[in-house]
Amino acid sequence: MHPAFSVVFFTTATGAGYGLLALLGVLGGLQVISPDFWLGLIGMGLALGLIVAGLLSSTGHLGRPERAWRAFSQWRSSWLSREGVASVITFIPAGLFGIGWVFLGRTGGWVAIAGLLASIGAVVTVCTTGMIYASLKPIAQWHSRFTLPGYLIFSAMTGSVLLNALLQGFALGSKTVLATCILVTLLGWGWKLATWRYNDRLEIATTANTATGLAGGSVRSLEWPHTEENYLLKEMGFRIARKHSTRLRQITQGLAFALPVLLLAATFALPRPFAAALSLLAAIVQFAGMLVERWLFFAEAKHTVTLYYGR
Amino acid sequence: MTCLPSQSGKKLGLVIDLDTCVGCQACVTACKEWNTGGHMAPLTDIDPYGGHVDGVWFNRVHSYEHTTEMGGRTVNFPRSCLHCETPACVTVCPTGASYKRASDGIVLIDEDKCIGCKLCSWACPYGAREFDTDVGVMKKCTLCVDRIYNDNLAEEDRVPACVAACPTSARHFGDLGDPLSAVSQLVAERGGVDLMPELGYRPTNKYLPPRAHTTRAASVAAPALEPVRAEGGFLGWVDRMLSN
Amino acid sequence: MQGPPRGANSAPSQRPLADTRAPDEGDGVDTSPDVSDSIAKTTCYMCACRCGIDVHIKDGKVRYINGNKDHPVNRGVICGKGSSGIMQHYSPARLKKPLLRTGPRGSGEFREIEWEEAFSIATERLSAIRRTDPKKLAFFTGRDQSQSLTGWWASQFGTPNFAAHGGFCSVNMAAGGLYTIGGSFWEFGEPDWDNTKYFMLFGVAEDHDSNPIKIGLGKLKARGAKVVSINPCRTGYNAIADDWIGIRPGTDGLFVFALIHELLKAGRVDLDYLLRYTNAHVLVIHEPGAADDGLFVRDAHGNPLAWDRVAKTPVSATDAGAKPALTGSFTIGGRHCVPVFQLIADRYLDDSYAPDAVAERCGIAADTIRRIAAELAHVAFKQTIELPIAWTDWAGRRHETIKGRPVSMHAMRGISAHSNGFHTCRAIHLLQVLLGTVDVPGGFRFKPPYPRSAPPGPKPAGKTVKPMTPLDSMPLGFVCGPDDLLVDEAGTPVRIDKAYSWDAPLAAHGLMHTVIRNAWAGDPYRIDTLMMYMSNMAWNSSMNTVETIAMLTDHDGAGNYKIPFIIYSDAYYSETVPFADLVLPDTTYLERHDCISLLDRPISHADGPGDAIRHPVVEPDRDVRPFQSVLIELGARLGLPGFVDEDGSARYRDYADYIVNHERTPGIGPLAGWRGKDGTSTGRGEANPDQLQRYIDNGGFWHHDFADDQRYYKMANRSYLDFAESMGFIPKAEPIVFQLYSEPLQRFRLAARGHGPVLPPKGDRQRIETYMDPLPFWYTPFEEAVVDLEKYPLHALTQRPMHMYHSWGSQNAWLRQITSQNRLFVHHQTAAGLGLVDDDWVWIESINGRVKGQIKLIDGVNESTVWTWNAIGKRRGSWGLKDDAAESNRGFLLNHIIGDQTSADVNGKRYSNSDPVTGQAAWFDLRVRIVKCAAEEAGFTEPQFERFQQPPHFEPSPDKLTFGAEFRRAREATE
Repeated sequence: MHPAFSVVFFTTATGAGYGLLALLGVLGGLQVISPDFWLGLIGMGLALGLIVAGLLSSTGHLGRPERAWRAFSQWRSSWLSREGVASVITFIPAGLFGIGWVFLGRTGGWVAIAGLLASIGAVVTVCTTGMIYASLKPIAQWHSRFTLPGYLIFSAMTGSVLLNALLQGFALGSKTVLATCILVTLLGWGWKLATWRYNDRLEIATTANTATGLAGGSVRSLEWPHTEENYLLKEMGFRIARKHSTRLRQITQGLAFALPVLLLAATFALPRPFAAALSLLAAIVQFAGMLVERWLFFAEAKHTVTLYYGR
Repeated sequence: MTCLPSQSGKKLGLVIDLDTCVGCQACVTACKEWNTGGHMAPLTDIDPYGGHVDGVWFNRVHSYEHTTEMGGRTVNFPRSCLHCETPACVTVCPTGASYKRASDGIVLIDEDKCIGCKLCSWACPYGAREFDTDVGVMKKCTLCVDRIYNDNLAEEDRVPACVAACPTSARHFGDLGDPLSAVSQLVAERGGVDLMPELGYRPTNKYLPPRAHTTRAASVAAPALEPVRAEGGFLGWVDRMLSN
Repeated sequence: MQGPPRGANSAPSQRPLADTRAPDEGDGVDTSPDVSDSIAKTTCYMCACRCGIDVHIKDGKVRYINGNKDHPVNRGVICGKGSSGIMQHYSPARLKKPLLRTGPRGSGEFREIEWEEAFSIATERLSAIRRTDPKKLAFFTGRDQSQSLTGWWASQFGTPNFAAHGGFCSVNMAAGGLYTIGGSFWEFGEPDWDNTKYFMLFGVAEDHDSNPIKIGLGKLKARGAKVVSINPCRTGYNAIADDWIGIRPGTDGLFVFALIHELLKAGRVDLDYLLRYTNAHVLVIHEPGAADDGLFVRDAHGNPLAWDRVAKTPVSATDAGAKPALTGSFTIGGRHCVPVFQLIADRYLDDSYAPDAVAERCGIAADTIRRIAAELAHVAFKQTIELPIAWTDWAGRRHETIKGRPVSMHAMRGISAHSNGFHTCRAIHLLQVLLGTVDVPGGFRFKPPYPRSAPPGPKPAGKTVKPMTPLDSMPLGFVCGPDDLLVDEAGTPVRIDKAYSWDAPLAAHGLMHTVIRNAWAGDPYRIDTLMMYMSNMAWNSSMNTVETIAMLTDHDGAGNYKIPFIIYSDAYYSETVPFADLVLPDTTYLERHDCISLLDRPISHADGPGDAIRHPVVEPDRDVRPFQSVLIELGARLGLPGFVDEDGSARYRDYADYIVNHERTPGIGPLAGWRGKDGTSTGRGEANPDQLQRYIDNGGFWHHDFADDQRYYKMANRSYLDFAESMGFIPKAEPIVFQLYSEPLQRFRLAARGHGPVLPPKGDRQRIETYMDPLPFWYTPFEEAVVDLEKYPLHALTQRPMHMYHSWGSQNAWLRQITSQNRLFVHHQTAAGLGLVDDDWVWIESINGRVKGQIKLIDGVNESTVWTWNAIGKRRGSWGLKDDAAESNRGFLLNHIIGDQTSADVNGKRYSNSDPVTGQAAWFDLRVRIVKCAAEEAGFTEPQFERFQQPPHFEPSPDKLTFGAEFRRAREATE
């Protein structure tokens, strides 16, 4: 699949944003994190900012963005529509929570309920995003049991690492949060490795034989219906060389997982300004790593239509 | 509405005979020609005279070499929308632009509702949908919905353009939901198959496999030739034959 | 449905729904949009097949084009090209106005001129030529469908230098057939699709009669008949064959002789058929050294004789009551003679034609050859069919049924485009005739006006060329011996293309492919003006493109072009237009009148004759004129006889007027339908002023259906022959005798042996002796015979993609999307041996040069063969294509490396790279090697040529096409 930047950024940014929102909603609403105007403003601003930036970026992928509002109508069948609905609905409790927790400095009561609802909304939205991909049968690398948990884990991972950076910045860092970040990042790493392992060994039942109905033997593409690349090939015929894929997987592991774990581990031992700086660096590096991961998520996904082209 | 109709009255579709298709591209351009002025007009062509020409087409013909232990064969393979019974391209659509008609099973796009998110083309395993970058909407085969019921065409012309054009009679059209229809019987008789049945989209269109190496293959049970009876050899035989 | 379903695609599974009322879906879809304001029925010209089309016009524009269901050629179907006619009609490469060259030839620098200036330039020039030496005008008309006009024009002008493109297309098929059975494959005959049980398809066949053949293949598939293809390439029609015989190029003749060998050996030939319809029993003089050796024994009236084996006397070969011998050796009047059939048996029973002897050379297992022979015999003799229809033969014998041997064959350019193609084509006809399958149920059938006598009557004109004097007949015809050749006393050719000379005696279609070289070299003489129509001679229609371009632009010492003046007419800015001095812009096929005449290449099928017209369905939006009308006006301005009335005024207003009112012989004109003042005559009759309208009312064509008893055995069918005479197809209702042994060829041989008044130059005698063999034989194609096969181990072929017609398709925005770059297809094994993989760039090298292209690996090809799609490669600046178009950057033209001449013979003479009998261009003799190119050479084709300038007022081609949006807007505006 063509790794369009608009979609790569969209899923990465909203994943992080919803992760952060979910954590702030629960921890803030339940006063695990005490209300603090600047912390709240920056935290909620970052979460919602990432979400809004991601959603805006996703409309860049649309042919007719002015009609984007129509996407809320088909929630009964479409994960994309559900995502749209969930993302918008989530803004309501998130907004209320923001008002209560950031501007009014309140916790508990309706603010806690709003925070919890925002958390739930964030989780649901990330689920719907994951399901957009997980539901696509023509793309075996996506249509697997790894996709949805992956989206949730990476959302939790990037959200928590962001939260840690935020807390460290306000000198509110805790070893529990740090440890959690490291654990979730290690979990994400493991999940990614397992996903790749699964994908690399995938035996896809759909072949050039079943695609053409020609049973047995080999089916080899002789001539395409067109000599230049068309929409199908540009959108779904993306190919990545094994060499590049291996390199990018290494970069993903370094940036998204290994380096953040090292930086976070170092944070344990360092005083505040350095801890905050390393935590921020961990979040930034991880975000960059996740962009690479998401680029690979698309680039390594093989659509069945490529079978018709012998790719 | 992108929920699928609970049942469709008819299952209109195409049957494509891979045993007969010579890959002449007649169906391809007949489709382009009708449809670029038809229901989804236009089928935009970008850079039509340049090095990166890229147009919207609803029907494309590939060619393959199919090699089995019994030998090789070149197969020409037309590919277009299969008007599936459970088309994910419809259910994934967030706006209701993509839909399956309850009355005849044709999968269509309501262009006015399409936001151009392209998800339907991702959901279609067959590559049946092509995006018109100029208009910003997805386009696809309409099964010539503006021909098959068209009062402004002579009744005999109310078939999809590709079926009317096909010079080798490799394309057939009808109600595949009716087991008694001519197309259904053709499929039964020729062992028509679904493409990618394992994905469960339940395509309406069927493909008739090449008859090579099947019991349908034409064979001539000819005994080996023997030289004519020895006396005088062939010329003696000629003389004997003429004397009879 | 009203009435029975019409058209080819009318199976129950191809009809409209039982109820075509739109269901009440409620989705707002307009299921009954208005389609067209009017439908014009005319004739397609996206290739040479002449299908009937319905052009739907909406708001003055072409909305769409579909096949005419009533039309005898295509019966409602339409090919990939036909449906793309819109894009051809609106092509950005259309010429807009007459052009006069201003820059150097080949630059593309022109200025626009008015038609009056164009006419006066042409008239002045041609008039001077006509007054002095008419043959200094060479008029060659390419893919012309109006040869009965253009040939007649040349004849009235007085130049013998006329031909169309047949010499580089398919004259081997035409001549091979016409000299043997009085008809031919090509598009002048067809298999009996409804009855045949075994169909053999030889060679590239997609390029003529394509929709009829495709419709036919569909029928064979539906009926379960067996299809056997003999072709190095397994594409197109060959892909759906039950048996693909991947033969080595140029060896089809050997394969066929091996089949004949097997059939003869097994006694599986139809002796009765041979005696009735062929010259198998005719006696051939066997007196080596005599002046009449190898000619037929004839009686005092010139009738060939046979030997009555019962009466033991000579007897007229056409004596229906005789019992002729087919074998033996006889003495008549002291002279030895043998029946033709004895010669056939002697030759083909020889072990050199046994399957085992030819298998390796053909690349076909001997067992396969034996199996095919057995299958042919089985179907022909054990699966005979009989139609319960009584008929009467030429001798008055009544037959209660029509018997058929259901084996049919078709062959085209794969056979003809070799230097041994004439004899190979004759070999295939010999095989058909031995099996008794010509014009019988289930066999190969003639399309009227064929069969004609083998060969047909008219001889080529041009023996005397005089100023201001028309030729005494048409420039093209059929020679029967050296006396008919167009050579002077020294043996020098009369014609600029050397047709009907010792170089190419049976050149029934001329040799357009030699004209530029000969005119440049002044061999046999210099010409003044080369006038051409619709043929891309500076690119894909010439061999040896690089040198051809150099010849077109070459100067003599005084700074004059060696070819002094070039007039060219085309509708589009092709690679040839920039080489013209005067350009006459033609219309598209939807803007013109044409006639698809029985005098030329009609639309008949085996069940009846037909002809058709084109008529303007849209008005030109440019200052262009149909070439035929221009030619008629030019004829009038020159005062050519037949083009002016006695008072010197133009006889015909334009081509349409000519089509209706011209009579070639009294009562016979370009169109056969609705003749006579009231339109009630058919075939013969006075001109009918209303004729074109009658055609238009009938869907653009006329067709006559035979009575049941006229449909088969046309070569000997009394009722058919009478009809053919009444229509003027044949001069007299006499049987057509298949010439298995061709006496005309033997006459040339005798001349080579020094007999007769017209003798070949000494240097040509061995060649004439060898190739003018009266019985078909096989020889190694010329290039293969001379090149180092170790060095050039591969055959290289081209095929025309079914969706393209020569160079035309690349200007078509739709068709070029399908193929804008051609690859060289290489067998996997061959590639593996050379260390090549898919997508590699390679040099393709021949003795004539090298060209660079990208490869694609393939299994379905003869291992010693590589091939590519023809005419995809284009020159930058032509056809309205942008500079970055794949056609001029990645596509390649194999023509660059095909030599236009043979290697020098022992006398240092180089002949055209053509069949020595007919002059057919030997495109497919090419031998190559392929070499992986250096890394820095990959990605672009070579050789490259300078970009052409664009003519004045040519707008850049658009960056986007939204054709059809306007129809939708109009529909939605009226809703």
